Amino acid sequence: MSATSGDTGGLGAAAPTRPGAGSGVRATGASRLAFETSEGAQELAARQVTPPTELRRELGAVLRLPEGGVLDTGDLDVEAPDDETMIINMGPQHPSTHGVLRLMMELDGETVLRTKPVIGYLHTGMEKTGEELTYTQGATNVTRMDYLSPLNNELVYALAVEKLLGIELPPRAVWIRMLLSELQRMSSHLMWLATNGMDVGSTTMMIFGFREREMILAFFEKTTGLRMNHNFIRPGGTAADLPDGWEDDVALICDTVEARLPEYDELLTGQPIFRARMEGVGTITAQEALALSATGPILRSTGIAWDLRRTMPYLAYDQVDFDVIVGTYGDNFDRYAIRLNEVIESIRIVRQVLDKMPTGDYRVQDKKVTPPPRARIDESMEALIHHFKLFTEGIRVPEGEVYVAIESPRGELGCYLVSDGTGKPYRMHIRAPSFVNLQSLPVMLRGGLVADAVATISSVDPVMGEVDR
Amino acid sequence: MSTPTEVSGPEVVQGPAAGEDGRPLPPGVEGVPVAAALTGEPVLFPERDRYHQVVEAAQRAGYQLLSDLCAVDYLTHPGRRLPEGVRPERFEVVCVLLSLTAPARLRVRVQVPEADPVVDSLWDLYPGAEAMEREAFDLFGIGFRGHPDLTRILMPEDWEGHPLRKDYGVGRVPVQFKQAPGPR
Repeated sequence: MSATSGDTGGLGAAAPTRPGAGSGVRATGASRLAFETSEGAQELAARQVTPPTELRRELGAVLRLPEGGVLDTGDLDVEAPDDETMIINMGPQHPSTHGVLRLMMELDGETVLRTKPVIGYLHTGMEKTGEELTYTQGATNVTRMDYLSPLNNELVYALAVEKLLGIELPPRAVWIRMLLSELQRMSSHLMWLATNGMDVGSTTMMIFGFREREMILAFFEKTTGLRMNHNFIRPGGTAADLPDGWEDDVALICDTVEARLPEYDELLTGQPIFRARMEGVGTITAQEALALSATGPILRSTGIAWDLRRTMPYLAYDQVDFDVIVGTYGDNFDRYAIRLNEVIESIRIVRQVLDKMPTGDYRVQDKKVTPPPRARIDESMEALIHHFKLFTEGIRVPEGEVYVAIESPRGELGCYLVSDGTGKPYRMHIRAPSFVNLQSLPVMLRGGLVADAVATISSVDPVMGEVDR
Repeated sequence: MSTPTEVSGPEVVQGPAAGEDGRPLPPGVEGVPVAAALTGEPVLFPERDRYHQVVEAAQRAGYQLLSDLCAVDYLTHPGRRLPEGVRPERFEVVCVLLSLTAPARLRVRVQVPEADPVVDSLWDLYPGAEAMEREAFDLFGIGFRGHPDLTRILMPEDWEGHPLRKDYGVGRVPVQFKQAPGPR
């Protein structure tokens, strides 16, 4: 095969053909798996029909490392002869893939050689839907993407809209958002501890994680009215103020979780079986993580202290004290340790928010952005008009484009928003951390055992609602 | 609580806030029209031919991470604001680069004509572009030259059309209600 087979030329015609597949190699024996199903090119094809560039990508050796130079497409190391490898399918209906993630894996015995994540089973066109909803309605849409941290989705959307509007939020709104965002991080990481525990066989952790998360969700229900998909953080502030007695609830959550975390530490960290399943499994280097655009705990597990809350502060994260947790080896255990310790850091931040919560408005007093209080509508014609306009046409957002990113529990959650000056976004793109982080999975799985794949998938922490959007 | 692993690492790089004004542009992008984003970071508008070269120059200048890549279809909003010397086309590919050492972002927006919607792939620079470019291909029908596996990623393999294009018929696939019950 020629070395330029990766050059696929004009593909605007959108024919779903496998690039390079027709270059003569295919004749040597087409994979039945690859060409006899309805989904064709999404499948992992056998080695002899896979073009070198794609093979290189799937082997995880695509990275242009500075010291490594550019790899020649011809010098791929293939340990196993083709007839001894086997391509198996894992998912999408698999209890350990955290949703409808499907992995095609090439195995040599029990060793994983190549992996190809196949996604899209939960694609519901949320970016397209976002173009049809007004800015007022938009938060209900984005909140459903990452269903384990919905408030972060609302936050990034609201921040993007506010940046386009050019409005400054009252301090209380900022701090309420920060409080909710950190509680959300705690609940998301606790949920991850629970499911990860289940994936590696610790069903006790499963129950513990859900128990603590439940406390946080109960507080969210008290605050926002819903346990998930809150639509609470909206452009212009939040939907309501915090409920009476929120300080006691939050303090109780902090105390309880803090008191119970050492138990988990003892249950998991000190457990020889758990350590054997996690340590040295699913490793990724810093350069690989950077090249594959991985963020969040995956990037931090390789020793790079990159946390947007610290490095590019948003909200009021520059006014609170917390540590960025980093790992050393980039393996599953580091990612576990990072998440466990980030819960502690979140508790620290929440306690500081408790102390520093300013008084005042919880939303901006701009009549073009914030709907008037219900009582005003009965008294004031102007308020009625504003209310009507806001809920029929949405907020008028000036023309422009903006990219805003925050640190979600899974990594950099970004929102690229294009406005054409009307009440609806012209284009709303969400940079979903799970979607991008999934690309590092083949690198982590390569060379490991297929039994460890479950633990490694879990350590990436993909949320399929966000992957597929 | 005993920390289960060593949590020390390189110092967190503290630098100027995201894209403060006055940050020098990477060398090698001379002549490329530039504007400032609302968030302060520079936005480069290279010609389609220079797109790959500009991103490569940015990578050499320290933008190690491709943070985001997406496409926009400007079919129904042609009169957008662009700097001098940039001819608007129907499609636009937007990528956001990130420098970790001096926390800074850089946005690159390249115009892609409707007649020949193909740009160079960034896969050889940033392997992480792979899924994002597949997504843009899937939803907008923009081809990426040099991409190793340009296939649909979110939509089914046999899907016709590219849903995020503005002229895509939403609801064009009829929904069948078999034996819908009557009102009574």
